[in-house]
Amino acid sequence: MSDRKRGRKLGLVAAVVIVLSGFAYLLQGGISSNLVYFLTPGEVLAKGDDIVGDPIRLGGQVVPGTVSWDAERLDLRFRLQDEEGSQSIEVHATKAPPQMFVEGIGVIVEGRLTAGGVFESDNLMVKHSNEYRPPAEGEHPADLYKTLIVEGK
Amino acid sequence: MTRILGLSATSIALIVAVYGVVAALLAATRRMPRLAESARSAVFATFGLMTVANLAMIYGLVTHDFSIDYVAQVGSRSTPLLFTVISLWSSLEGSILFWGWVLSGYSAIAIWLHGRRLGSMGVYANAVLLGIGAFFYLLLVGPANPFGLVSPAPLDGPGPNPLLQNHYLMAIHPPLLYFGYVGMSVPFAFAIGALLSGRLDQTWLRVTRRWTLVSWIFLSLAIIAGMWWSYDVLGWGGYWAWDPVENASFMPWLTATAFLHSSMVQERRDMLRFWNQSLIISTFLLTILGTFLTRSGVLSSVHAFTEGTIGLFFLAFIAVVLVFSLVLLMGRGGELRQTGSLDDPLSRETVFLANNLLFTLFTFTVLLGTLFPLVAEAVRGVKVSVGAPFFNRMTIPLCVALLFLVGVGPALPWRGGRRDQLKRTLAPSLTALVVTVAVSFAIGVPSGWAIAAFSFAAFAMVTNVQEYARGVLARRRAHGESWPQALYRLMMANNRRYGGYMAHIGAILVAVGITASSAYRLEREVTLSPGQSVEVGDYRVRFDQVEAFEEPHRWVIRAQLTAFTGSRELGVMDPRLNFYNGRAEPITTPAVRSRPNRDLYLNLLAFERDGSNATFSVIVEPLVFWIWFGGFVVAIGGLIAMLPPRRRAPRRAADRIAVEVA
Repeated sequence: MSDRKRGRKLGLVAAVVIVLSGFAYLLQGGISSNLVYFLTPGEVLAKGDDIVGDPIRLGGQVVPGTVSWDAERLDLRFRLQDEEGSQSIEVHATKAPPQMFVEGIGVIVEGRLTAGGVFESDNLMVKHSNEYRPPAEGEHPADLYKTLIVEGK
Repeated sequence: MTRILGLSATSIALIVAVYGVVAALLAATRRMPRLAESARSAVFATFGLMTVANLAMIYGLVTHDFSIDYVAQVGSRSTPLLFTVISLWSSLEGSILFWGWVLSGYSAIAIWLHGRRLGSMGVYANAVLLGIGAFFYLLLVGPANPFGLVSPAPLDGPGPNPLLQNHYLMAIHPPLLYFGYVGMSVPFAFAIGALLSGRLDQTWLRVTRRWTLVSWIFLSLAIIAGMWWSYDVLGWGGYWAWDPVENASFMPWLTATAFLHSSMVQERRDMLRFWNQSLIISTFLLTILGTFLTRSGVLSSVHAFTEGTIGLFFLAFIAVVLVFSLVLLMGRGGELRQTGSLDDPLSRETVFLANNLLFTLFTFTVLLGTLFPLVAEAVRGVKVSVGAPFFNRMTIPLCVALLFLVGVGPALPWRGGRRDQLKRTLAPSLTALVVTVAVSFAIGVPSGWAIAAFSFAAFAMVTNVQEYARGVLARRRAHGESWPQALYRLMMANNRRYGGYMAHIGAILVAVGITASSAYRLEREVTLSPGQSVEVGDYRVRFDQVEAFEEPHRWVIRAQLTAFTGSRELGVMDPRLNFYNGRAEPITTPAVRSRPNRDLYLNLLAFERDGSNATFSVIVEPLVFWIWFGGFVVAIGGLIAMLPPRRRAPRRAADRIAVEVA
């Protein structure tokens, strides 16, 4: 191997090492600043100020009687509570709730906690599984569209 | 009866495959040709058996034989026939069954074509293919047995996952994906065959080049079809969310694309032997990892492990393949030393090396983002997900750099060339680059990365189109051929090269479509009463009415809207919500008006039960069409590259010149 070739090979290896280490640095920073934590309302309240502004996925149950929805202004407010119902947090969204959004249902909201203690949501999903389950006692999904059919006719 | 038939077929397939592995290994190490023949027959036998098992399942599904476990899980008397047949792959057990069928089919064709000619390398490959098969047949007999007995048999079942029966693309996307995924087993088997037999020259590359290409074409189409399905069904107007399921299909595509390029470096310059082996092994491992991630339930939670054992089977298999391949690679490391070397940093080899570096970084990024939540939960006990901004931030620069390489590579000759020649070749592309940058600033393209993506796309497009133009012009000058004739002959005379450029052009179109549709996306959510309109961009959409009706397998809520641009009426659009079989959650079915310049996308979000108002999201996205079209062009490019080389009569001198100029 001539000196020229060896020099070139060294240069190539050095270039690759520089690219790789730079990239590793970016990866490390990128992943730590973009982690989205799954939390419950209780956990959010416990961490409080520490997590203001961090992206969070918040899972819980819509507290019955707290939903206010202004269809004209697309403004939605409700409280979300832990499964035990002990602690709850106010959620605000400026998007239409999905069709299945009703009081008492389990939902996941993506967003951030604001300094005022309100959870500002960019995305709201009704919790559901892909597995089939028969409707529970007292649950009548068909009611929803049947009313419309009667009205529509 | 059907159940017993299927169960016996999968069980016998397992026995035959295990026998075949042993026979092939004995044949290769002890030089026993009759055992080799027997192992060869085992491959064909497993294909026959898997065909029987799959047909039995389809028969069971179509005849609604609910005593079969899988049919009871996914069947329903009210599901339309097409969706009943394709529910073969709509759930875990069925998809493993289908996987086994595709694998046995690929193995049979590969062994039939190449098995006898390659000596012990072919026999080892035979053993590897049957070994992979044995793993899947073991799943079918054990943790993923679709032919379990349900007694008493229920009268009806729930039907397949509604997300999968809502769109015809679900009849296309999964098989494309399986054909892509499973096909990667063939090059893997021959690579391992080469390592085991010590025949480390280019034979395995030559034999499996087309196999890699076939799988890569299927995988490319599968990814595009998956994006299209996501766009047409999920209702958020996007097509890629860096969801782990998407990443699982994307990672092997990245390594396979890297391999398609780096294998050329080995063919031409006898470099990168070790690297090519590693790439094809990684590709295979990533397909298995992808199946593991999407099929074991591990993604929703690490704790899903405790519920099903199938994840442990996959992990064990991945570990075995990984350790086995690494040991083999290390053992042959000395013999895999390359003989060629890099002569000139400004050569096509260098571009391919850079391409491989970028694709590797890309794969690593996606892998890290996909697996990080699993590691975090296992190690720190926290539930996290890695947000899309991470992936975008890391991969957009990589994509722009790749576009740059696509624009430089074709202009650089192997072993390097003269600098002034290079300048002349790249002059038009550089002009396109500068013009696009200027125009982007002038019209105020919203982000720096979008400007970079558009500009390097223009740069790359000109380089690749120019290759075609120069070749066609040379042929016209040399032979006086007509334009189409010259184009056709040019491509056929050097199909691998021009197929590659075609794939480049398709990929550039996809990049432009993605950049434009994300940078210029307009979205509005609005609640309308009948007769009210909303304006988004220069579209106006009027809500007419919402109605409900019943179909045999679902209830449909349909909104009717009329779209306008200015005063021109564009027609009625009807986004729907479909309620399947009493399931509480509706499946959205957006209405999309797709045109080459832009898409108008309407999604029904919610409705008032008396029909007095309804809430929609109205999305306008430019150039989405080019993503689908570009994906199609990529596949066509792959197909052209796959064609057998044309056997020519002794070439005329002019022909040769035309090819060399091109």
